[in-house]
Amino acid sequence: MIEQYIPLFLVLATAVLIAVGIVASSTLIGPQRPNDEKKSTYESGVKPFGSAKERISIKYYVVAMLFIIFDLEVIFVYPWAVQFKSLYSVFGIPVFTTMLVFLVIFEIGYLYAYKKGGFNWE
Amino acid sequence: MIPVEYYLVLSAFMFTTGVIGVLIRRNAIVLFMSIELMLNSANLTFVTFASFLGDSAGQVFIFFVMTVAAAEAAVGLAIMIALFRNKQTLNADEVNVLKW
Amino acid sequence: MIPSLQDLFNILPPVIIGAGILIALTLEMFVKPAKKIIPHFAFLVFLFTAYYSLMTMDKETYSLNTLMSGGGLTNILYFIFTFGSAIVVLISYDFIRKKDIVSSEYYILLMSAVLGMMIMASAKDFLMVFLGLEQMSVCFYILAGINRRNLLSNEASLKYFLLGAFATGFIVYGIAFIYGASGSLSYLVITNAIVTGQNITFLTIGLLLFIIGFSFKIAAFPFHMWVPDVYQGAPTTVSAFMSTTGKTAAFAVLIALLLPLFTVGNYQIFGPVLSLLAALSMIYGSIVAIAQKDIKRMLAYSSIAHAGYMLIGIAAGIPAGSAGVIYYLLAYTFMNIGAFGIVAYLEGVEETNLHIEDYAGLANQKPVLAALLSLFMFALAGIPPLAGFFGKYYVFVAAIKAGLVWLALVGIVSSAISVYFYLRLVVYMYFRENSKTITVFDSSYSMLGIIIAALLVIIVGVFPNTVVELITHFIS
Repeated sequence: MIEQYIPLFLVLATAVLIAVGIVASSTLIGPQRPNDEKKSTYESGVKPFGSAKERISIKYYVVAMLFIIFDLEVIFVYPWAVQFKSLYSVFGIPVFTTMLVFLVIFEIGYLYAYKKGGFNWE
Repeated sequence: MIPVEYYLVLSAFMFTTGVIGVLIRRNAIVLFMSIELMLNSANLTFVTFASFLGDSAGQVFIFFVMTVAAAEAAVGLAIMIALFRNKQTLNADEVNVLKW
Repeated sequence: MIPSLQDLFNILPPVIIGAGILIALTLEMFVKPAKKIIPHFAFLVFLFTAYYSLMTMDKETYSLNTLMSGGGLTNILYFIFTFGSAIVVLISYDFIRKKDIVSSEYYILLMSAVLGMMIMASAKDFLMVFLGLEQMSVCFYILAGINRRNLLSNEASLKYFLLGAFATGFIVYGIAFIYGASGSLSYLVITNAIVTGQNITFLTIGLLLFIIGFSFKIAAFPFHMWVPDVYQGAPTTVSAFMSTTGKTAAFAVLIALLLPLFTVGNYQIFGPVLSLLAALSMIYGSIVAIAQKDIKRMLAYSSIAHAGYMLIGIAAGIPAGSAGVIYYLLAYTFMNIGAFGIVAYLEGVEETNLHIEDYAGLANQKPVLAALLSLFMFALAGIPPLAGFFGKYYVFVAAIKAGLVWLALVGIVSSAISVYFYLRLVVYMYFRENSKTITVFDSSYSMLGIIIAALLVIIVGVFPNTVVELITHFIS
């Protein structure tokens, strides 16, 4: 059992050796002239600004919550949609109307959130 | 084929981690995350048994657990926001106007 | 399996409530005076469903391919939920309106919680149990915190939420093991699995986790810590609602699951566990309630004790015990809603008069209220001929029949202890003087609700045999 893994260990050991060797040799041998530009987080990206610990408006959480709920409810539609053809051949029209009832209930909830201003940013 | 016990042990381990998390952590959000871990370990158990038994009922159950957990998360976060507005803390030890 | 119209017709009461929720939501969205309409609408929906459930009790059916059952015992439970909720609507009407609470949402949440309870009561499958339980619990979390500018209400809500979700974790994990052991989520198959004895270890672990989770929901002893805080912090009418109908729903699930295991499966392993929980809850609830000075906390501990008495009936494991539990739940629903209703009535908008001392001299100032509250206290203490007495009586008799004489004795002792704190309130009302005048807010709706509850406590207490025979008929 364990003998089968010997090649794998060999590859791993070689990889570690090569990686360590390259990094070590470049730090030991190569010239080092650091400046501010080189030490910045994203040397050639957008300049960082502000702090990472900024507070986010509470409205964001309302939208996020609504998103989670409505997003997850949709998982009930996927299996139905995938199996629709075979279900339809067995049960007929009720396959469609059942899902319609589900979606109507669902939409009333959505409409309620909308009417109550759940999606209002202002 | 990985034996079924491995999955069960893993899920039992996750469940215990969640229970211990609920018992020793004090931040309400972390408590809730531990509870989610418990629910997910139950989900893992369900998938294991469903695939082991070749039965789809367990997998369907997970859909329901997931949606219910989402609804619970939304309600829980809303409750925490309401509390934070009045009290400015989410530490369960400081939520003590009512005696535990 | 596609649901047909016949399926929906077989479980019409929950369907009516569900349609009621959707209509109420639409009203709230599009109609301006919805705040005034929705309480009345909710009351009528509850009343109609209660009436319909009583009328269609004889037709015992299954629906959705044995996922749910209708008729019979299920309809008796429907009646408890809906009629109890109708009284809750009455006692809430002015209480909620005068507080700073989003009132139409309060009634919509009441209806959705009742829908969850109905699904739990009719469930014959763990999937429906889980869905109903969560629908009910999520509504309870929100209802407990609905007074969202009040810190106590926030705290109650957070504690209830965290511990309730914790219990849900146990329940789901338990269901997973039961499913793994029996290969199905249906009660029938699980009972068969018990009979054949396959994978009995996993099944026992699963059922144990499930019972632990439900002990949280019914507020039995080692898992009771949320009860006093939540009942104290939540708006009083919400406490009335949660402590009665919620408990009924959780007990309905335990009865539907465990009674076949005891009788058909002859599976006695949970008898001792449930007996222990029952004994501890009774003693703990009764003793700690004595030390309480806040009336809502006192009622909360009394609720723990009552959960203990009811558990006796389940631990007995015979049909008579379960029939006793359902009778007890019927009686308890009305007496506890009545007691909490009076507390809400006296508490008013400012949330004063919650201390036991505040009730001193109530008999002089508000003789009717004092008389009604005394009635509910006598009923809760289990003094004949009120409903509370016969509830305990049937449960204790079942315990003795099942050979659990010690449990019945513990029950009698703790009833004797509990008489002390119930009657202490009566003594305060009648024999103590109070210098300040007790102000209440006038509400004919609340008064009506309290009087209906009182009448039911008396009626159920005077005709116990009729009710119990009906329940026994449907159980066996």
